[in-house]
Amino acid sequence: MADVLLKGIKKSYGSVDVIKGVDIDIKDGEFVVFVGPSGCGKSTLLRMIAGLEDITGGSLKIGGTVVNEVPASKRGIAMVFQSYAIFPHMTVRENVAFGLTIAGASKAEKDEKVQAAARILQMEHLLDRRPSQLSGGQRQRVAIGRAIVRQPEVFLFDEPLSNLDAALRLDMRIEIGKLHKSLGATMVYVTHDQVEAMTLADKIVVLKDGYVQQVGTPMDLYHRPESLFVAGFIGAPSMNFMDVDVVSRDSDSAKVRSAHVAEFAAPTWREGVPGSGRATLGIRPQDLHPVDKGGLLVGNVTLAERLGIETVVDVALSDGKRILVSLAEDRVFEPGQPIQLTFDPERAHLFAPDNTSVAA
Amino acid sequence: MASKLTRSNRAGWLMALPGAGLIATFIILPFFLAFAFSLTNQRLVSPNPTEYVGFENYSDLLGLAVFTLEPERDEAGNAVIKDGEIQYPRLRNFTRRNPDYPHLQGKREWFSWQSGENRTVVLASDVVFMRALVNTFLFVLVVAQVQSGIALGLALLINQKLRGISFFWAVYFMPVVVSIIVVSILWKFIYSPGDGLLNSLLSWLTFGAFSGIDWLGNTATALPSIMAMSIWQGVGFHMVIWLAGLQTISPTLYEAAEIEGSSKWQTFRYVTWPGLRNTAVLILIVITMQAFALFAQIDVMTSGGPLDSTQVLVFQAVERGYGKQDISGGSTISVILFLIVLCISILQRWLTREKT
Repeated sequence: MADVLLKGIKKSYGSVDVIKGVDIDIKDGEFVVFVGPSGCGKSTLLRMIAGLEDITGGSLKIGGTVVNEVPASKRGIAMVFQSYAIFPHMTVRENVAFGLTIAGASKAEKDEKVQAAARILQMEHLLDRRPSQLSGGQRQRVAIGRAIVRQPEVFLFDEPLSNLDAALRLDMRIEIGKLHKSLGATMVYVTHDQVEAMTLADKIVVLKDGYVQQVGTPMDLYHRPESLFVAGFIGAPSMNFMDVDVVSRDSDSAKVRSAHVAEFAAPTWREGVPGSGRATLGIRPQDLHPVDKGGLLVGNVTLAERLGIETVVDVALSDGKRILVSLAEDRVFEPGQPIQLTFDPERAHLFAPDNTSVAA
Repeated sequence: MASKLTRSNRAGWLMALPGAGLIATFIILPFFLAFAFSLTNQRLVSPNPTEYVGFENYSDLLGLAVFTLEPERDEAGNAVIKDGEIQYPRLRNFTRRNPDYPHLQGKREWFSWQSGENRTVVLASDVVFMRALVNTFLFVLVVAQVQSGIALGLALLINQKLRGISFFWAVYFMPVVVSIIVVSILWKFIYSPGDGLLNSLLSWLTFGAFSGIDWLGNTATALPSIMAMSIWQGVGFHMVIWLAGLQTISPTLYEAAEIEGSSKWQTFRYVTWPGLRNTAVLILIVITMQAFALFAQIDVMTSGGPLDSTQVLVFQAVERGYGKQDISGGSTISVILFLIVLCISILQRWLTREKT
């Protein structure tokens, strides 16, 4: 078991900087998820931890040792790839035992370890099949089995569920969660799917453009996003943003209003909220509720999507600004119908107007 | 827009006609004619009518016999020894109009070996054809192995992201696009005795200790010389096929192997080679076919000599058919070659089949 420490990690391809100085502290046994939009550098970062990409700058420590120059196989890691990367000409048994074959282990040792891994993943009945005879989920199980057999200190997952269909993805997500609990190993997991991030992670690292935007527990990120980017990235549907004018502010709240938001006092724990002038107000779709009268927002329904368990309403405010409302019930709205919305002021997020994301 | 032209059946056939016509005239028709001619005594130009002769052409080519010569004996029954060598009756006593040995009629000695006092002789109806057959097999056996091996080695070297690697691509592929006739003439100069390039080079490398070989004029070196040149000429083509195969292997498989600590050799054995299976089958079959069709090099460089040491089947077929105007003989050799290649291809397919 080991912790992973990234300090000032940088990666450049020629003159193009991909990772621009990343500090992350991953504790022993922690499940850390890297999320971010495509091209944010999350996979590159993982591959640098794995040793598949050279590190341009900074230091990477695994279990207290700097491993910048240590080859992948000596870092005590195992990696599960999006494309499974299992060998098509080998049986499941041979695939799972591959690392042991390479190391020249005895047949007895191989059998024992393969059986143990197969038991954990409940795939004993698949051992003599070939990859072409397996479903996507089973193939990914084989890849995870190969990782388990290595008995690594750190497991690395590179979007392992992206190639699976929705139902299998849910199953495998639960499996991976269970695996983390039973093995207690450090796991680093890359995904662009925020549901995977929210459900699996002890700690989420949000990346954008090669910088860490915010690190925290899933609930931290959801309830206390530090930037507009994180606020918009975490949560589905995305948070609604509106420009507002700050009327006045005191130590922990500010009175704000705009053309379409009635004046109310929003909490100001976040840094950089100005005492006057413009600011950005963020409200999650789930925090908005329709009321008969006296709502803070007034507008008309343009579209309502009924999903059974929830209803997502697209509302055009008086000046044409569109926001989304998510209600945890099945309710019928007619397009064009006037609607008044309210929210708990404590759940409103006030951002400095230029607080978009972390950058140099 | 699908015009009438692209949808009309007739237009399609018309467009296919020139190509199909040429293939029919120069490949399909001759193929069947060769079968037909091989059963006749057809000559290129002859006043006599063509006759059906059954399988006589085949027996004339393939006829073999083993004959044991007993030594000449004196009155006491001991072998006659003259100048330290056992004396045998002359072979032609048995092969020329000897009514006691009808199966040896017209056959000539191919090779022989000593067993005790007796000498066992293998006789062939057509010794030159037999030489050609053996040389062809030897050529195929050596060239298929060495050429595919070197091509794979080059492909592995070329398959890297290095600055200027396309220069090496070009260098290795260049001989492929040069006409084999030109290559053969150039290599004739390289191999030429006395001051040929190869002799000069070897002499320079050994500080003059090497004293020149007539590479193409020596029975021991003529065929190997042609093999070396043929391998050099064709290796670039097969390198490109191997490269195509290498590039179908997913890079993540290599990364997975790297993480497992696989050495270079282990990576080749467990990842690269299994991934090249289908390519290997293709290359083996293609090289075998090409090697069996060996002709131009022989025709330009040695014409089958010296002493028939570079006779091969296709050269023999052409030599007989047009040189000696014996169309039926040439056709028979073609048919035999076809059957050999067919058998080998089927065997290779079967040996390299996907095992389930």
